[in-house]
Amino acid sequence: MSAGILPAPLRGIPWRVLLPLTLLVCFGAAVLYSAAGGSLQPYALSHLIRFSVFLVVALVISRLPRELVQFVAYPGYAGVLLLLMVVEAIGAIGGGSQRWIDLGFMSLQPSELMKPCVVLVLAKFYSSLPPGLAGSWRALVPAGLLVGFPMLLVLVQPDLGTALAITFGGVCVMFLAGLPMRWFVGGGLAAAVAAPLAYFFVLHDYQRARVTTFLDPESDPLGTGYHITQSKIAIGSGGLTGKGFGQGSQSHLNYLPEPHTDFVFATMAEEWGLFGGLLVLLVFGIVLRWGWTVARRAPDRFSSLLAGGMTWTIFFYVAINLLMVMGLAPVVGIPLPFMSHGGSSMMTNMICIGTLMMIERWSRRPGGSGALA
Amino acid sequence: MQKFTSSSLAQSFDRRSFVVGAVQGGIGLLLAARMGYIAVAENEKYEMEAESNRVNLSLIPPRRGWILDRNGSPLASNRADFRVDIIPERLVDPQATVATLSNLLGFDPTERQDLSDKLDKAAGFQPVQVADGLDYDTFAAISVRLPELPGVIPTRGFSRFYPTGPSVGHLIGYVGAASREEYELEPVPLLVTPGFKLGKDGLEQQFEQTLRGEPGARRVEVTASGRIVRDLDMREDVQGKAIQLTIDGPLQDYAARRIGLESGSVVVLDCLTGDLLCMASMPSFDPNSFSDGIGRVEYQMLSANERVPLRNKVLKGLYPPGSTVKPMVAMSFLEAGLDPMEATSCGGGLRVGNRVFHCWQRGGHGHVDMAKGIYQSCDVYFYHFAQRLGMDVIAPMAKRCGMGQEFPLPVASQFFGTVPDPAWKLQKYGTPWAGFDTVNATIGQGYMLANPLQLAVMASRLATGNTVMPRLMLDGKKPTFGSMNFHGDHVQVIQQAMSDVVNGPGTAGRARLPIENVLMAGKTGTAQVVSLNVGGGRGGQWKYRDHGLFIFFAPFDKPRYAGAVVIEHGGGSGAAYPIARDVMTFLFDPAKGLEALHAMEKQWGGTAQERLAADYARFATAAGLDLPPAPADPATIARLVDAEARAAAEPSALASQPVTPRPEAEPSAVPLAPSRPAGGGGAAGR
Repeated sequence: MSAGILPAPLRGIPWRVLLPLTLLVCFGAAVLYSAAGGSLQPYALSHLIRFSVFLVVALVISRLPRELVQFVAYPGYAGVLLLLMVVEAIGAIGGGSQRWIDLGFMSLQPSELMKPCVVLVLAKFYSSLPPGLAGSWRALVPAGLLVGFPMLLVLVQPDLGTALAITFGGVCVMFLAGLPMRWFVGGGLAAAVAAPLAYFFVLHDYQRARVTTFLDPESDPLGTGYHITQSKIAIGSGGLTGKGFGQGSQSHLNYLPEPHTDFVFATMAEEWGLFGGLLVLLVFGIVLRWGWTVARRAPDRFSSLLAGGMTWTIFFYVAINLLMVMGLAPVVGIPLPFMSHGGSSMMTNMICIGTLMMIERWSRRPGGSGALA
Repeated sequence: MQKFTSSSLAQSFDRRSFVVGAVQGGIGLLLAARMGYIAVAENEKYEMEAESNRVNLSLIPPRRGWILDRNGSPLASNRADFRVDIIPERLVDPQATVATLSNLLGFDPTERQDLSDKLDKAAGFQPVQVADGLDYDTFAAISVRLPELPGVIPTRGFSRFYPTGPSVGHLIGYVGAASREEYELEPVPLLVTPGFKLGKDGLEQQFEQTLRGEPGARRVEVTASGRIVRDLDMREDVQGKAIQLTIDGPLQDYAARRIGLESGSVVVLDCLTGDLLCMASMPSFDPNSFSDGIGRVEYQMLSANERVPLRNKVLKGLYPPGSTVKPMVAMSFLEAGLDPMEATSCGGGLRVGNRVFHCWQRGGHGHVDMAKGIYQSCDVYFYHFAQRLGMDVIAPMAKRCGMGQEFPLPVASQFFGTVPDPAWKLQKYGTPWAGFDTVNATIGQGYMLANPLQLAVMASRLATGNTVMPRLMLDGKKPTFGSMNFHGDHVQVIQQAMSDVVNGPGTAGRARLPIENVLMAGKTGTAQVVSLNVGGGRGGQWKYRDHGLFIFFAPFDKPRYAGAVVIEHGGGSGAAYPIARDVMTFLFDPAKGLEALHAMEKQWGGTAQERLAADYARFATAAGLDLPPAPADPATIARLVDAEARAAAEPSALASQPVTPRPEAEPSAVPLAPSRPAGGGGAAGR
């Protein structure tokens, strides 16, 4: 967008990202409209409303000054951690596993909020860590605690998907922060050893079943393998151009589980085919590429780590969800950003987008402390 | 140790962010490739799977082809029917469902228990019939409660209907839902479609593929939970082809009913074409009620009956033919050159070596020629000439007349009995042929065994002098038979002698037809069941009583119909020939025949079908719930019966003595039980 046409307040907005993104959300709304049997209720309308609300939130975030963001990093992290413990306590008292707090217009999952928070707090931690200490234990242990504690809280909920997302978000920031490569290699080896142990001693039965089923979905086609099989049938039967809008039999006849949340991509692919799928991948590609551009152009260590971490967070959602619906990863409850119906994921991802926009603004005006212009 | 500075970390960030970005791009490409693979390369496979998810093909069982008698009247037809089935694997709460259905259908505790048992034993995918033949109100009452009865399927269809019920049970067989074994043998979806029945026995089984027809189909779109969204399309079924039998439906029914309380069989065939007009075997079962699967009461009732209602006695009952072989033996004598006028003298017995062979008439028949030998059934006449002419004359003639022969009929099995000769005995028992073996064979005892159909064929071949072959299927062609090549007037000699059995001074005077101008010829037979003379053959325990046999043809001089009646343990030929008389009367004058039958049925307590229903009710009340459950598939019971039958068909043991012939009925009403001293086979003692 040429700067001359738009008024000043709109000039700073990255239209070349927001427009494809809005297109993706509208596409998502269309899929949700179809999944509801050709009705705006209950999914499509609230999807669009949430996007609008969180777009405003993202725009507000994009206007925040760097000092403020750095300042709230630790308190914000602590606050979300507290919320996480509160949810845990409520769940324990209520006798069930509650993961959310009801906010009226949406239910808030603190664990979702924790994903960007972990990135933020680690970016803050490494930016304030003297560079010389990057190879010492002081670079690793506090960061490990910052990641590990919320991760454990989420894991006991139990929510394997989110726990993994938090862990990988943290690890990604550590990686980008320049910690010695051998630590990651060693960590990877340790994980390879620990994974089978965790499988047998830590995971819940239903989580274990998901892994087994992922490894061999045909072993139980009507039980846990059902989800993966039906999702592949939906995607595969869509072909090149799909069955047509509103014509997906897999989703409309309830063969596809969760057609509006975790398996929304399969719902889409059935009706729009490979072309629809490539469009979705393209938009995510644009968003992620922009994210890395922002991260590389970021003015300082804090903002580049933050931008990289946020980009990774979005990517992690997209990758795990798509790998899952295509039968390349076990079924973990991770929705597809901007398409799945669900407030928490929309919130997290829009926070990431807002943060990236904010950092892009910072890099345009180095040291800019601008309040809302 | 690596040194870290701000700039080295910034460089490392650039490097590593590039690596992470590349990894992400790689995963993006992987996803695109994976999706392309699923959606394009494997598109066909998944499209098919999506279709098979979406579309549910429900088969409509085809209407079964009718089974017609020779006049085109149905022996088996279909009638519109409301029915209820259960798919066991879709049941949520079997007990509650059974309780609800039992209430709605008004089941008594026995029926309810049967339903529970059937569900326990069911294979899951296989529909279990709850009830059929429902009236519309009951059907509607169940239909409205379907939401609380998952797995219950009410349908409108057709069920098999046998108008004459037990009369055709053995001949036609019955239908039933496919068993697991049958499904494994022929794994087509139709076999497990609710309401589909296949032939389990008799002609229903033999002509299964002809009668079955093509199933119709209804394609519907269904949700994952099985709810039908809409009909896609529908294909009508194609009714199976009808088959037409040579059987005369009314005659079959008449004969079956005329057997009455006895256990036995009646065969009538057309001498000109070989058409089997009647193959009745009683007691029988009602194939109408077999189609629903057998309940425990019915099973107990049938299996506890010593008269084996599940055995087709026409084909699988083997009996010593007794004196009914005498016309055949006489024919063999004639063909061997014996002058029919050549006579012997009967003094009540014949001494051969140091043994005496008795005639049934202890007082003796005096001067006996061939005609008298037949109509008075004189044993000594046959002993005498058999000694002279030998078994090598008799056995081949028996075989030519159809004994020991298996006929080309569409039936699962026929037991074809034994015609003994010296070679056979040597091979079977390793002992040489003895004089008394010939003696036994000439009077149809000893090793000789035949089924009623063979006796009827023998009668027709002797009567016509042609090689009559029985047939069961009417195909529009008129078969032609070769000649038996009997010489001279031999056929007329036998015809006349057999006519005298009935119409002259013979043993079956009461068999004379009450019809002008039609004279029936016949031959009586009384066959001993056990070599011991238990109970003298007439009184005593039922299973030790003598069999009563009668072969016949009419009119005697221009034979059109021939047949055989065998009454198991009837106490003598007196039980058999009145039945033959009435059956033939019915054939020539139905009204007169029925008159006689109705009078008798009044005494017996109704028609065969009515008596069976009454027996069932009595048995059910007496037994209550304490009966063990019935086997799932009635066919297994039939097989069981077959096995027993086959064992019984073996000639018992090596005979060591001649059989003492039983008295033949006489025209002038012989006193029924002339008790004779036990161990009447006095010859053995010496």
